[in-house]
Amino acid sequence: MSSRFLKTFALSLSVLCSFMLACSRQSHDASDGAAQSAQTQSKYPRIERPVEPQMPTALSEQHTLRVCADPNNLPYSNERGEGFENKLAEMIARDLDARLEYIWWAERRGFVRNTLKAGACDLLMGLPNGSELALTTDPYYRSTYVFVYRKDRDLALDSFDDPRLREMKIGVQMIGNDFTNTPPAHALSNRNIVGNVQGYMIYGDYRAENPQAPIIEAVVGGQVETAIVWGPLAGYFAKRARVPLAVVPVSPQVDRPFLPFVYDISLGVRRGEQQFHDRLDEILERRRPDIERLLDDYGVPRVKDGG
Amino acid sequence: MRLPRLFVSMCAESYFLLVALLCSAVLMVACSSPAREQPAGPQRATRPAGGGQVPAFAQGDDGQWLMPAKDYASTRFSTLDQINTENVKDLRLSWTFSTGVLRGQEAAPIVANNTMYVVTPFPNILYALDLTKPGSPMKWKFEPNPKAAAQGLACCDYVNRGAAFSGGRVFINTLDGQTIAVDGASGKEVWRAQLGDINKGETITMAPLVVKDKVLVGNSGGEFGVRGWLAALDAATGKLAWRAYSTGPDADVLIGQNFRPFYPQDQGKDLGVTTWPQDQWKIGGGTMWGWISYDPDLNLIFHGTANPGPWNPEQRPGDNKWTSGIFARDPDTGEAHWFYQWSPHDLHDYDGINEQILLDLPINGQTRKVLVRPERNGYVYVLDRTTGEVLSATAYGYVTSSTGVDIKTGKLNYNPEKEPKMGQNVRGICPAAPGMKDWQPSAYSPRTGLLYIPHQNLCMDEEGVEANYIAGTPYVGENVKMYAGPGGNRGVFQAWDPVAGKEIWSIKEDLPVWSGTVVTAGDVAFYGTMDGWFKAVDARPDHNGQVLWQFKCGSGIIGQPITYRGPDGKQYVAILGGVGGWPGAIVAAGLDPRDPTGALGFMNAVTDLPDKTTKGGELYVFALP
Repeated sequence: MSSRFLKTFALSLSVLCSFMLACSRQSHDASDGAAQSAQTQSKYPRIERPVEPQMPTALSEQHTLRVCADPNNLPYSNERGEGFENKLAEMIARDLDARLEYIWWAERRGFVRNTLKAGACDLLMGLPNGSELALTTDPYYRSTYVFVYRKDRDLALDSFDDPRLREMKIGVQMIGNDFTNTPPAHALSNRNIVGNVQGYMIYGDYRAENPQAPIIEAVVGGQVETAIVWGPLAGYFAKRARVPLAVVPVSPQVDRPFLPFVYDISLGVRRGEQQFHDRLDEILERRRPDIERLLDDYGVPRVKDGG
Repeated sequence: MRLPRLFVSMCAESYFLLVALLCSAVLMVACSSPAREQPAGPQRATRPAGGGQVPAFAQGDDGQWLMPAKDYASTRFSTLDQINTENVKDLRLSWTFSTGVLRGQEAAPIVANNTMYVVTPFPNILYALDLTKPGSPMKWKFEPNPKAAAQGLACCDYVNRGAAFSGGRVFINTLDGQTIAVDGASGKEVWRAQLGDINKGETITMAPLVVKDKVLVGNSGGEFGVRGWLAALDAATGKLAWRAYSTGPDADVLIGQNFRPFYPQDQGKDLGVTTWPQDQWKIGGGTMWGWISYDPDLNLIFHGTANPGPWNPEQRPGDNKWTSGIFARDPDTGEAHWFYQWSPHDLHDYDGINEQILLDLPINGQTRKVLVRPERNGYVYVLDRTTGEVLSATAYGYVTSSTGVDIKTGKLNYNPEKEPKMGQNVRGICPAAPGMKDWQPSAYSPRTGLLYIPHQNLCMDEEGVEANYIAGTPYVGENVKMYAGPGGNRGVFQAWDPVAGKEIWSIKEDLPVWSGTVVTAGDVAFYGTMDGWFKAVDARPDHNGQVLWQFKCGSGIIGQPITYRGPDGKQYVAILGGVGGWPGAIVAAGLDPRDPTGALGFMNAVTDLPDKTTKGGELYVFALP
């Protein structure tokens, strides 16, 4: 997939995001503008390939790539380096000829503020493209929420509008306060599918290995007939489940007016660090085949086009 | 009905005298000078005809401050009267102390045995300061070393609402879910108990309350799908005596044969299960991070329960018991006696955990044992604390989310137009999510018969959807924006007559008033503002809340003022400064003011705060020259 192709997606998602956020984010444009002018006045030369790694001062002094990550959140990352974000971080560190160092922090509310923004690290391995929280690179994957069910149930389930969802026991992940939830939780309540829905906290039990695994285990164990979860989570645990599981993208891709189920995921750096950002974009593009293989290894379902 | 003024004030004085002579056995403290307990201040308060009284068990005052609420009735009233409306203008800074922690300081200092105890926000350091020496130097400090992970796992600012002193020990809670008993003299740990599990998002921010031989503690963390509880620990050993959940089967909620709720909607078997769809009660919230009061005569404790979660309201049809309500329980066994639900099937994040002030009020010609609750949903409730019957519920600010409380049925009448619906724009929801009043406790003066309520004047819009990301997962939420309610002021300090159910006077504050308050027999009430002004106002009903004195502290104030008699016999007033908490996170946590939906939408209401104050963590103590 070409970089231009992804950029088009990024743009379309950005448009969607801007629309979603328009009412509250007027000042965002101002901050973007500031970042833009910082870029044009940057002391770093514009990167033309091939070049020596150009990094923010802090990085070039230390030759260290500092990544903030969650120590217990597979398939994304853990402190043993087993997540696909760990593997990608290693790849990037190699290309930057830098030593990789992790700063571990639970990826909860305040994560970006306490890590990247606090200067504890320079790179986050996953953020939705166009996120307010940081300067995001070109997306390196686009995934979707998916239905997960046991293949032996032969459900052929792929739509939120399937009437069987009114009867079936369904698992979804929960986030926090009222009106803050995973898109499938909203999608089901929009359709008044309520009484047969089981919630699993996304945070899980942090003491346990893989706090997000229980919802998939509930599918395997039959406590729920289907779970509707974010693709990477489903793909990874489905690959390792003791029974074959179906992982099927949801449809539609967006519930009108504002509820997308498909998201582009990027790397994140501090606003203003355009040079570093551009360098990462360049690495992502060059490493595209390796990244695709990595995501395949982890079973990350991808949406290849606008569908 | 109003009683003749003369009759009431005579009653009041003889009552006070009697109790002063008997002293307070309940508090287990010696009355050093009973004569001081008489309410004869330098000027006579002008009593409104309401004529409420503080119950006998909460009277008597030895000049110490052993628990954040001052007494079991939670009056936050001090009989000290050296500082009065005439001389308060001369109040001066006596000494200060830096807590060394630059986070929201919500705690009340505790004063016992000529020592002041101050507990900080995370990492929850407990300091003992020697009041007998000039400058009150540090006697010792106790560092509980809570898990650093608690910061990453906790939801909001890392506040702590104070310690409690009893039987020579100081009891504190830590953010990572522990309760610790520390020897008040030596600063040595006596025991510690792990009550909450930080790995499940459970934290503890509330101040413990010691009742008889038990330490009462509740959890925080409803946003994480935590199931709420109140627990009792043996004060001697830290061993768990009982734990009462706010959701689930009766056995878990400690509902048994003595449970006699006043209203039919609260009667029935296992309502903590049946008022939820399937197993949702297991992650249903109803935490207990607020205040507890205790009536030793009835042998009942009273405590609220926080909002239900983590589902959207339409995803959890039913009353969602026992969230956003109040329990009366037997402190020995935890057994529930009655329950009342402020906000059944809560729609707006109206936690029900505010303070409850226990008073004896004349209602329709009879003295009733009541509980007064300035509730988050916008009403001051007066409940019969023996039964849970609602005697009155009056809006104390601008309310649009409901149209009132049906006194006959006890039910809150929601306004369907302000019901939030995902993806739909609903504007002008008042009060906003922090409610008319959040945790910041009010005070009651038996001299004026008035309740002094620090609170917000905020409304909110829920419009559109905001995309976000957590733990590797993109998600969406309502886009919440808060802003000043009618009048444009974001805060109010209000004198309220709980018998007549009306405001007597109020002070408009630009910023939300997120500090607690204290009122004294000198007829002075103290509170602080988020831009750092610590104020003394005339508490009397006919002086319109005149500001008599104010002092500019280094950082915004969200703490709880107290007053005490020092070893030198002088009256002191103490307050912790240091902005933070939910509204102050923009400063304390350095949130980006360009994001109006930050701090769950509070940011939009306080974008100017970083221009008005900076982080802090300083104790200020004042006295007359």
